[in-house]
Amino acid sequence: MSVHDLSHGLATLSLAAAEHEGGASAVHATQADGLAAFGWLLVALPLVGAAVLLLGGRTTDRWGPALATALSWGSFVVGVLVIVQLTGLGPEERSLSVPLWDWVSVGELSLSAGLLLDPLSLAFVMLITFVGSLIHVYSLGYMADDPDKRRFFAYLNLFVAAMLILVLADSYLLLFVGWEGVGLASYLLIGFWNWNPDYAAAANKAFVVNRVGDVGLITAMAIMLATFGALDFATVHGSAGGASDLTLTLIGLALLLGACGKSAQFPLQSWLGDAMAGPTPVSALIHAATMVTAGVYLIARSQAIYDLTPDARLVVAIVGAVTLLYGAFVGCAKDDIKKALAASTMSQIGYMMLAVGLGPVGYLYAIFHLVTHGFFKANMFLGAGSVMHAMGNRVDMRRFGALRADIKITWLTFMAGWLAIIGFPFTAGWYSKDYIIETAFAEPGWRAWVFGGVALLGAGITAFYMSRLFFMTFFGGQRWHEDAHPHESPLVMTVPMMVLALGSLVLGVVLYPTGIITAWLEPVFGHAEHGEPLIPVLAIQILAFVLMLVGAGLAWMMYGRREVPQTAPEAGPLTRAARRDFYQDDVNDALFTGPTMTLARTSVEADSVLVEGAVTGGTTGGLNGLSRVLRRAQNGFVRSYALTMLLGVVVILGAVWVMQ
Amino acid sequence: MGGSMFVAPDINYTALLPMIIVFVGGLVGVTVEGFASRRTRYAVQVPLSIATLVLALLALVLLGRDNEGITAAGTVAVDGVTLALQGLVLVLSILGLLVMSERFGGEQPDAFTQSGVSTPGSAEETLATKVGATTTEVYPLTLMSVGGMMLFVAANDLILLFVALEILSLPLYVLAGLARRRRLLSQEASLKYFLLGSFSSAFYLFGAVLLYGYAGSTRFSDIAAAISSNVGMDGLLVPGVLLVTVGLLFKVGAVPFHAWTPDVYQGAPTPVTGFMAACTKVAAFGAMLRVLYVAVEGARLEWQPVIAVVAALSMVVGALLAIVQTDVKRILAYSSIAHAGFILTGVVALDVAGVSSTMFYLATYGFMTIPAFAIVALVRSAGTEATLVDQWAGLGRRSPWIAASFTFLLMAFAGIPLTSGFTGKFAVFSAAVSQGWAWLAVVGVLASAVTAYIYFVLVVQMWLGDPSDAAGTVVVRPSWMTSFAILVGVAITLALGVMPSPVLDLAQSTAAFLR
Repeated sequence: MSVHDLSHGLATLSLAAAEHEGGASAVHATQADGLAAFGWLLVALPLVGAAVLLLGGRTTDRWGPALATALSWGSFVVGVLVIVQLTGLGPEERSLSVPLWDWVSVGELSLSAGLLLDPLSLAFVMLITFVGSLIHVYSLGYMADDPDKRRFFAYLNLFVAAMLILVLADSYLLLFVGWEGVGLASYLLIGFWNWNPDYAAAANKAFVVNRVGDVGLITAMAIMLATFGALDFATVHGSAGGASDLTLTLIGLALLLGACGKSAQFPLQSWLGDAMAGPTPVSALIHAATMVTAGVYLIARSQAIYDLTPDARLVVAIVGAVTLLYGAFVGCAKDDIKKALAASTMSQIGYMMLAVGLGPVGYLYAIFHLVTHGFFKANMFLGAGSVMHAMGNRVDMRRFGALRADIKITWLTFMAGWLAIIGFPFTAGWYSKDYIIETAFAEPGWRAWVFGGVALLGAGITAFYMSRLFFMTFFGGQRWHEDAHPHESPLVMTVPMMVLALGSLVLGVVLYPTGIITAWLEPVFGHAEHGEPLIPVLAIQILAFVLMLVGAGLAWMMYGRREVPQTAPEAGPLTRAARRDFYQDDVNDALFTGPTMTLARTSVEADSVLVEGAVTGGTTGGLNGLSRVLRRAQNGFVRSYALTMLLGVVVILGAVWVMQ
Repeated sequence: MGGSMFVAPDINYTALLPMIIVFVGGLVGVTVEGFASRRTRYAVQVPLSIATLVLALLALVLLGRDNEGITAAGTVAVDGVTLALQGLVLVLSILGLLVMSERFGGEQPDAFTQSGVSTPGSAEETLATKVGATTTEVYPLTLMSVGGMMLFVAANDLILLFVALEILSLPLYVLAGLARRRRLLSQEASLKYFLLGSFSSAFYLFGAVLLYGYAGSTRFSDIAAAISSNVGMDGLLVPGVLLVTVGLLFKVGAVPFHAWTPDVYQGAPTPVTGFMAACTKVAAFGAMLRVLYVAVEGARLEWQPVIAVVAALSMVVGALLAIVQTDVKRILAYSSIAHAGFILTGVVALDVAGVSSTMFYLATYGFMTIPAFAIVALVRSAGTEATLVDQWAGLGRRSPWIAASFTFLLMAFAGIPLTSGFTGKFAVFSAAVSQGWAWLAVVGVLASAVTAYIYFVLVVQMWLGDPSDAAGTVVVRPSWMTSFAILVGVAITLALGVMPSPVLDLAQSTAAFLR
């Protein structure tokens, strides 16, 4: 037996021991070699694309979009190769670090930038680069006639690069760089058509709400730096056990605030609906499949902290449960196809949040659901984009109907996404969602009833509103004019939809019963089985199935069979509230925007009255007065200058003399 | 017996090679002035002086670390600090020389008068302009000054330190008086600089004499040994230390020995101001570090509070006076006074971090100052430099690249993160705090906040000001020389802000003095 094998064996042994003691195994990253050492290429490729397209100017108009698409695929290929290399290692060794550079090292403080290639980050890399590249391809068709196509692709590449930095970072600091990077890309892309003031306002809204979340993340980092003296995952997570409960809870809550902002969770959910102002591929990539799930990633990545603070974890679960229902109700009332999908995204991320809030048993299912959701939701957004393409950019579902005959491919691919999200047995969504519901029912005490009930109820409502969307668009009577001439999208758009549709159907079967996803993620999250649920698993599955049938059936009765009015009818208070997103903007206006504006106006007045009057006469005036006095010494005469120097010498000597 | 015999000191010429190259280059330059025709001088002097500096830099990089040691009978110390600062002076003076050589398409270096000796407006001046006279003497003068600076940071002996001080200063006095435009102002600046410089030299010499009286030697090592053996003549030691320090504080422009700075910075040809601000600071702080850390470290209880108070005063007075200025060059002059205070904060720390952070700050300051003054030289109104803040209104709309570069440099002066100004301030302040000078860091942070005000005024003026308020202002198109200097300066300012670690590490690894 060689020395290498011996050390390998020892490492496995000690790891097994660690696992035995602590539950989740703490895998220590080893320095990457071989191809993984070039892991930075993952980020560099799309970043180069963004730089070339942005700096290259009009000369890149012709081949820029193709280059951006190719580089995104290049990133995907690198990701696959790294995964291949990782699967060649033992499960416990699948955590490689790629140090990049020392950022700052002054005294005790040492901040360095590096990448962490582990199963969790690589699962995201696969999702981001694969779905992202498909959406690049789709955009080649969708944005074909846009004069600013090059800028759009530059931003898409920028987004992919930033998102990869976010998930590959080995420290909260670098994660934050990616976090802000995706925020920037999201801002630029929501406001891509910023000649429309509403769209520009939507971009600003997303930006401002996200800043609120960022305060949480920054606060968390500040507490970590003060407590642990470092921001890298290894140190923070490794020494989390030594911190006090209060500190950990504060960090957990602050991180959650950051996650709420980025993932549009209650109470920072208001921006996501407006963000649909961006081009539809953007909604698919950023506001459905990847960026909005960054909050879930953040919490899953910080499991070492949440494992130690049950209070903060409970808040995570509550936030998830609230958002789950909130999004579902809003989804029932929206007539704008993209806003309905946005509400459903919110609700689905609520599921993921709920899952990560359930502890070690939930992480795996949260990430599993995140991946499948990335596929089926991106699929449906692209489908929605294809419908808009067919209908002259209209989004009001009350003006759709009976589209299945004219745009058959879009209809069929959308159906795959619809089946997955309502949890039709053996589709991708069924696997991932059902396990979350079961896990929720396995919680102790009242939580089983509340979380399990909410998750189950949410599944029923999801079936209702997604079926409503599906039937209103593709079934029922034709509610558009003959001259609309709906037409199928070109292949460059439909092929990505077909690929994603296939994923929506089979990804669950491929990943779960085969044990691929569990085996892959176990080194990160540790092995955990949920306990015995409150009601038997089979009963939960049957219940969920029945609820799905009820929801879909109800939707068929109301929107498939019956005539849908072309303008929204008068409705009860609940529907009216849901249509207005449960008055979220009004609440924000009343609680924050109004007072802030009042404060701003008061400040301006105070500034003109007090500051310009009293303070300018005071501080600024004082400084200016002091300056004027000092300035008098600067009179231009050498003799005065020499005298100043002499005085200085005398004073210094005199002072030292006196002190002695 | 043997005492009467003169023994030639052992000199390691390889260690001195970079300085020798620069001095020889300067002497060759003088010869060129005597023999080359008027028309060819520029074409000869520019490559000659740049090549000299590059050659010296090569010699320094290739041979320096292997030849460390104290040589020339203990008067010259070639150690990590010497090499780092000499290298910095060389790189900065290459950039400075490029900016000085800018012709804007004319025949002569644009910033310099064609006839330095003539009375402004006289018939001689007109004649000199007519026959196309040039002032290419600036090249040998600059090389001599650079040589002096390199010797200044290496000097390990009070007498040699004085010689180096004069070698570096005298050419600067001349350079300051050679401006092509506003010549009276320039000549006045030159004379002021000379008079006050001589005055401060007198203080320095007096202090050196006292220290010699105290230690019986002018070698730093002997002085240090005398202090540690406690010979008990504190009446000579303390005033000696303080007066020597005063001479050095004058060179860096620290309060209350700063009065010359604004007038000289304003009057001198702008490229010379940039060179002077960047390189003199490096040299003077290098010399100060060696005197304080090597020679009189034992008397720290006496000088540390003085340096601390001077640092605080420099930061406060520099900041306060900067905010009421209306002239861009004077703003930068007062900002340099404030920066001298920031750097002194690092000097006070008196440990390895003090040395490395001071050196790091000097690098950051040098690389932002030269391009800043280079840009000032580009903004013109009616043929002369438009240095009034009002004349910069709306510059961002006319020349977005120049305005963006200057904005970035101002951010660096203000110490905004992601610029080298931030990392530099962070380094010196944390060095000071770690040695118990927290109050100084607090003063520094407050002073930074005050100075930031005037930088933002400039930025606002450039980007939001109404261009019609500055109708006559134009930005001259620079040649590759100025563009290169600006580009390098901005790039390094950014690089040291984003990834300071390699340079910080370098500063740390070279921060040990040979004693």
